[in-house]
Amino acid sequence: MREIIVIILGAVLVENFVLVRFLGICPFLGVSKKLNTAIGMGGAVIFVMTLASAFTWLVYEYLLAPFGLEYLQIIVFILVIAALVQFVETVLKKFIPSLYKALGIYLPLITTNCAVLGVALLNVERQYNFLNSVLYSFGAGLGFTLALILFAGVRERIEMSDIPEALKGLPITLIAASLVSIAFFGFQGLF
Amino acid sequence: MKALKTFTNGLLKENPTFRLVLGTCPTLAVTTAAINGVGMGLATTAVLIGSNAVIAATRKVIPDKVRIPAFITIIAGFVTIVQFLLKAYLPAIDAALGIYIPLIVVNCIILARAEMFACKNSVALSVIDGLGMGIGFTIALIIMGSVRELIGNGTIFGINVTANLFDPAVIMILPPGGFLAFGVIIGLLNKFTNIKIRKTGCAGCKLQCGLQHGASSAGKEGDA
Repeated sequence: MREIIVIILGAVLVENFVLVRFLGICPFLGVSKKLNTAIGMGGAVIFVMTLASAFTWLVYEYLLAPFGLEYLQIIVFILVIAALVQFVETVLKKFIPSLYKALGIYLPLITTNCAVLGVALLNVERQYNFLNSVLYSFGAGLGFTLALILFAGVRERIEMSDIPEALKGLPITLIAASLVSIAFFGFQGLF
Repeated sequence: MKALKTFTNGLLKENPTFRLVLGTCPTLAVTTAAINGVGMGLATTAVLIGSNAVIAATRKVIPDKVRIPAFITIIAGFVTIVQFLLKAYLPAIDAALGIYIPLIVVNCIILARAEMFACKNSVALSVIDGLGMGIGFTIALIIMGSVRELIGNGTIFGINVTANLFDPAVIMILPPGGFLAFGVIIGLLNKFTNIKIRKTGCAGCKLQCGLQHGASSAGKEGDA
């Protein structure tokens, strides 16, 4: 039980994928303008990340490792993720249209999200077992969502403040991200 | 002449990091030291040149509908090659860059060049484009790495240049410093050059995260 809590909290807070590990910066900067899009994107990422890490773990353990094909890891993982995202999109569209409406537009963006491939590679690197891989990925997705939601709040404030001409737009967003990142740095050494 | 224009395009006019704001993840993650910037930049350049060449050579063979998965497979192949070469010959760089080497696959610079340039141009031009873009990216990473290393550690490329006159601000080589340095550099570019960067992340990416959207959004660039 303790191990489970450590893995999830570690992934959410201590090595927050966006603010500490720098994975998934594109969607972090791209869709954090409004709170509801941030929640939608976060939900989609948690969903795909957990599913993708389960699939990639199974593929690695039962296909690549037994046949000595570990060197195909990158190619296989990215294709599994791309196929999975496409599959999830099709299934949701057909069977759960309401969920598709909520997450649909974010799904295609996720294949290029390096956090999803990153978490799959980290699971292999750390030799997590199946349960730990899934928990770690869930935590990573949760951490991504937390960062996105927190930052959406910060950005809504930035929109209304008086900012020097040269810093408008991307520069002030990055500087604000730096401050949020410092806050998350406080969790270093939690365990 | 066209070759020269293609080459300098990546260096200045469409510098992937500072003008298109592509590939932000490696830009922020690996630039804790200037030497890491060189390693990451050159690894990405090698992948770009290889994938651009193969994609340009096969551009008439690959059907339009499956081109994105085909591109990704080609790119992933080159990333694997580069990863193993680094592991064999430059293990120190490989250890420093870690997971970010395999993540070159999802670096949008590479897919963006495949989609926007290599699949429409000859092999020779595509190789030059890859070289220009790659060097532009490398220069940007070296600038970021030097700034962070100078303030955060008092050194550039491991050489002490501040003569210990001030205590280095370690925060600059920690994650928050990455965001700060990138933001301030872009702010300074906005202030002192006529390069204007307002767009953020995905908006600056003309591909609009086009893995599946590639086909539909290729025609309406820039209305993110």
